[in-house]
Amino acid sequence: MGRDGFESALKELKKEVVKMFEGVEELIDKSVESLINKDVNLAREVIKLDDRIDQYMFEIEEKTIELIALQQPMAKDLRVIFSIAKIITDLERVGDFCVNISKETIKIGNEEHIKPLIDIPKMRDIVKDMLVNTKRSFMDEDSQLARRVGEDDELIDNLYHDIYTEILMMIHEDSRYINQGTKFLFVGRYIERMADHITNICEKIIYMVDGKKVEIN
Amino acid sequence: MKVKMQIRDLNFYYGDFKALMDINMDIERKKVTALIGPSGCGKSTFIRTLNRMNDLIENTKVEGEILLDGEDIYSKKIEVEELRKKVGMVFQKPNPFPKSIYENIVYGPKRHGIRNKKQLDEIVEKSLRGAALWDEVKDRLNKSAWELSGGQQQRLCIARAIAMEPEVILMDEPTSALDPIATSKIENLIETLKKDYTIVIVTHSMQQAARISDNTAFFLMGELVEFGPTSTIFTTPKDQRTEDYITGRFG
Repeated sequence: MGRDGFESALKELKKEVVKMFEGVEELIDKSVESLINKDVNLAREVIKLDDRIDQYMFEIEEKTIELIALQQPMAKDLRVIFSIAKIITDLERVGDFCVNISKETIKIGNEEHIKPLIDIPKMRDIVKDMLVNTKRSFMDEDSQLARRVGEDDELIDNLYHDIYTEILMMIHEDSRYINQGTKFLFVGRYIERMADHITNICEKIIYMVDGKKVEIN
Repeated sequence: MKVKMQIRDLNFYYGDFKALMDINMDIERKKVTALIGPSGCGKSTFIRTLNRMNDLIENTKVEGEILLDGEDIYSKKIEVEELRKKVGMVFQKPNPFPKSIYENIVYGPKRHGIRNKKQLDEIVEKSLRGAALWDEVKDRLNKSAWELSGGQQQRLCIARAIAMEPEVILMDEPTSALDPIATSKIENLIETLKKDYTIVIVTHSMQQAARISDNTAFFLMGELVEFGPTSTIFTTPKDQRTEDYITGRFG
């Protein structure tokens, strides 16, 4: 493979990472939707769809190893390939949290919700926006955008804190709320962790583009 | 950082052609400095200015200063023979003399007046050990150096350079004529040699520069474009021309 072949292989690799981003976006939507609508079938679908995300990760990882071995990339090329290898690991983790949410949905089953879900969909909207913008910053190699996305992590942390306080108070008042309350608490925590991983991805994109190692949050 | 050689505002001309332009560089003591760049960029011209090999080429001119431990090597006080004893050189193609292995090593020391057989024997063993060749040749020191393989011949040339107890060793593409195994042996040797010597190496292999050097200088059209720690040059170069060259976009 000459330089031209390498360029096109790298372009293909980036396209696959974008597809993986899109797959994870779908999982975020479907997992929270399944929770809100008590849709156990949709939750099961999420668990199944996550296998595809894992598959993407293995395939992309394989290709990064191959490109490093055969092309000995340097400078920006090396940073892109290294960053991709890190990014897919974080993306895969985001997928896993969607699976965790779906498992909570399955456990809750048909039970009446102890409260209307308001903050969780809000968190979903923010985290989804973060992921979409992260994908855009990856595609456009826009490190400024990546920095801004990382800053949204704080919004998520605040919402999680609100959920945490609210549910703790409910549990305190009535122990019958413990079972579902802790499940919603977990879901909040899962989304909060998703945002952390997305922030990690943003840091990798900044390194990929500018060669600077930054810690956003 | 301890500096062994300082290059200040160096210009070099072949007749009217300016081959090196305002080069400024500090070469660190007991470190490996790699010089990279496309053919004709001036890196070989540059390395040859460091021990005045260019003096042998007619119609050339040097401007600026090259200091070895603070002393200008182009000053009139400097004896070129003495300078080359301190700053040895290994070339692209192994070039042993058509003599025995032993005679190749003692050639320089003898010219510098060492006659004592025991002392010469010691120099031979020490130099060949230093060049990681002793075990392979100790039983046939009187055989012709030309009977050795290419990789062994190159290590013999390194041993010959070491025999003069230099302070700096210049290597102009020392592995370009060698196979990967012989190359790997020379690279390991360079790693060992830097404990005692300052090494400057011209290489066309970016991977080699990345593997063995502490600092890397990138030359382009007679200009020193970028110079810095090898790890920085190969991961986050600052100049777009360096980036383009090391990622193979031109050159």
